[in-house]
Amino acid sequence: MNRTFKSIVRKEFLHILRDYQTLIIIFIMPIIMLIMFGYAITLEMRHIEVAVVDHARTPQSRQLLSHLQSSDFFVIKAYDPPESQFESLLQKRQVRCIMVIPADFSLSLTGERFTPVQLLIDASDPNAANFIQNYFQKISALFNAENNPQFKFPFEIVPRFLFNPNLKSEYFFVPGLIAIIVLLISALLTSIAIVREKERGTFEQILVSPVHAYQIILGKVIPYIILGFVDSVIILLIGHFWFQVPVHGSILLLLATLILYLLTGLSFGLFVSTITDSQRTAMLIALLMTILPTILLSGFIFPVPSMPVIFQYISQIIPATHFLKIIRGILLKGIGLWELKAPILYLTLLSALMIGLSIKKFKVSLE
Amino acid sequence: MVPLTVENIKKSFDNVQALRGVNLQVEKGQIYGLIGPDGAGKTTLMRIVVTLLNADEGEIYFLGKPTKNNIGFVRANVGYMPQRFSLYPDLTVEENLRFFGDLFDVPQAVQTKRMEKLYQFSRLGPFKNRRADALSGGMKQKLALSCMLMHEPGVMVLDEPTYGVDPVSRAELWDILKQLASEGKSILVSTAYMDEAELCDQVGLIFKGKILASGKPTDLTQSLKRLIYLITTNNAHQLYLQLQTVFPAQDCNLFGNGVHLIDRKQLGLEQIKKTLLDRQIEFHDIQPIQPDIEDTFLELIHQREVPA
Repeated sequence: MNRTFKSIVRKEFLHILRDYQTLIIIFIMPIIMLIMFGYAITLEMRHIEVAVVDHARTPQSRQLLSHLQSSDFFVIKAYDPPESQFESLLQKRQVRCIMVIPADFSLSLTGERFTPVQLLIDASDPNAANFIQNYFQKISALFNAENNPQFKFPFEIVPRFLFNPNLKSEYFFVPGLIAIIVLLISALLTSIAIVREKERGTFEQILVSPVHAYQIILGKVIPYIILGFVDSVIILLIGHFWFQVPVHGSILLLLATLILYLLTGLSFGLFVSTITDSQRTAMLIALLMTILPTILLSGFIFPVPSMPVIFQYISQIIPATHFLKIIRGILLKGIGLWELKAPILYLTLLSALMIGLSIKKFKVSLE
Repeated sequence: MVPLTVENIKKSFDNVQALRGVNLQVEKGQIYGLIGPDGAGKTTLMRIVVTLLNADEGEIYFLGKPTKNNIGFVRANVGYMPQRFSLYPDLTVEENLRFFGDLFDVPQAVQTKRMEKLYQFSRLGPFKNRRADALSGGMKQKLALSCMLMHEPGVMVLDEPTYGVDPVSRAELWDILKQLASEGKSILVSTAYMDEAELCDQVGLIFKGKILASGKPTDLTQSLKRLIYLITTNNAHQLYLQLQTVFPAQDCNLFGNGVHLIDRKQLGLEQIKKTLLDRQIEFHDIQPIQPDIEDTFLELIHQREVPA
């Protein structure tokens, strides 16, 4: 490495250190996102507000209510509201659902008749409505098992959750977060860093020097590779030690694929910087090309198979979709290189293609 | 060997002809001033000289070599200062200087020596740890010039280095250029300030992509054979408008100190005075003056636009 090249790298580090906005994006944002996704945004629900109307008032009906209260899934907010208030309770979001126990509840239980218990659910949030229904079904199954020990179900599905037995959403989010942060740094920040030189006119100045264009680009990119890598390791460490995300597979393979993914992001950043002249457009294009599809279409939050077919195809183009397969595979399933050959190959080819395009489009003059 | 020769350079952008066959030569130890208004083609020409743009036609020889096939050689040996301040605002004076020294692979020890000299030159020494964006306009330009001098180029191309700089700093910058020329450097410098023409050894008056005239500044002003009168008054602008009703518009030029009137028909001082009095045009004084570069330039432009 000659002095010229080192000097470009050092200069880029100085730029980053003296720009607190970049520093915040690099070091503070990942941690904020981690905390947000880890705590605030969870897909499971807790403390669901319920109203109950107990027309029966028998030991059995009270037993059902105590079942409801024994978990921290439900909080009973209102007892026996008049029927006329049902709608307004739901509309004002004071409760998410209302359970109505009929007057003949105990009678029909002992009479071994079919016993309907009404449940009114606010389905304006369909996901939540589904959760509520599922929880209630579990409670009713539990109640039935206790009260009718002799009653046998013909068969029952006994699920066993593999790779994430407690269904913790952190297991899901931490790898996804790494996919986003790495892309943010490698694609967004590098493209802005290169375009900034064009915008300020410094590019014109350094072009008139013995330095080769590839030295300029590489020198600008290396600090971001290092920072992106350090950032990912920080997220991994917090994910592992704070959120207890397991690492079942090879750490070496994980780091190697991380670098590959960094390279892919970088190739996108480079490409964006060759087709734009202002920081603002670079930021917009980088966001549209990388961050948005990564969050929405990669399977980071919404599972790919449940998307409309066209989006499933689009999601196959997005590098993060493939990186998520890799990182979730390594962290949660402990799979190795052989099982991951397809996504790794895809990322390699994509990076090569984008870098090739960028080199072809990169200008060493002002025309 | 001539350090820099520009031969019949033509360049178009889309449908606009930016340069229509420019010729010039910068000798060793000479300051060549490219003088012209905005949009005349100065920046385009300079960018072609430093290989940032390709010419459509014509040839440029840099230290004897055609620039077309020697892009690397030109870029490594020329000193180029673009029009816009293009250093790193978040780096300090010293960091900027070091960076440009490193870009041209100047050894560390040599850099230190040159920086000492440049600090004396530019009087930036006391500010060496200040960030470039905290410098005044004049100091920024001196820093840009100093960065360009870190690799001691023999040929320099400076695009409007005094643009937007206060008069004191302008004088300082020109002192530095003079000093460099006396050390044997060849300098191609552009400016829109006519008064800077007299500081050059050689000037080329460029307008709409063509050099209208070139030569020593004194020769150029003497080439304007017509007599010029300076008419002073309180309201120069009103006088300027009134004069245009009496004399051809291209013969009247509004200056800071009054109106310059070209006596194209050789009426003589008395006749002009009489005309002004007849027309009841108010003025303080009228006297013949030595034409300067601006008079020459305006006359050349008029000749071009109104073929006599």
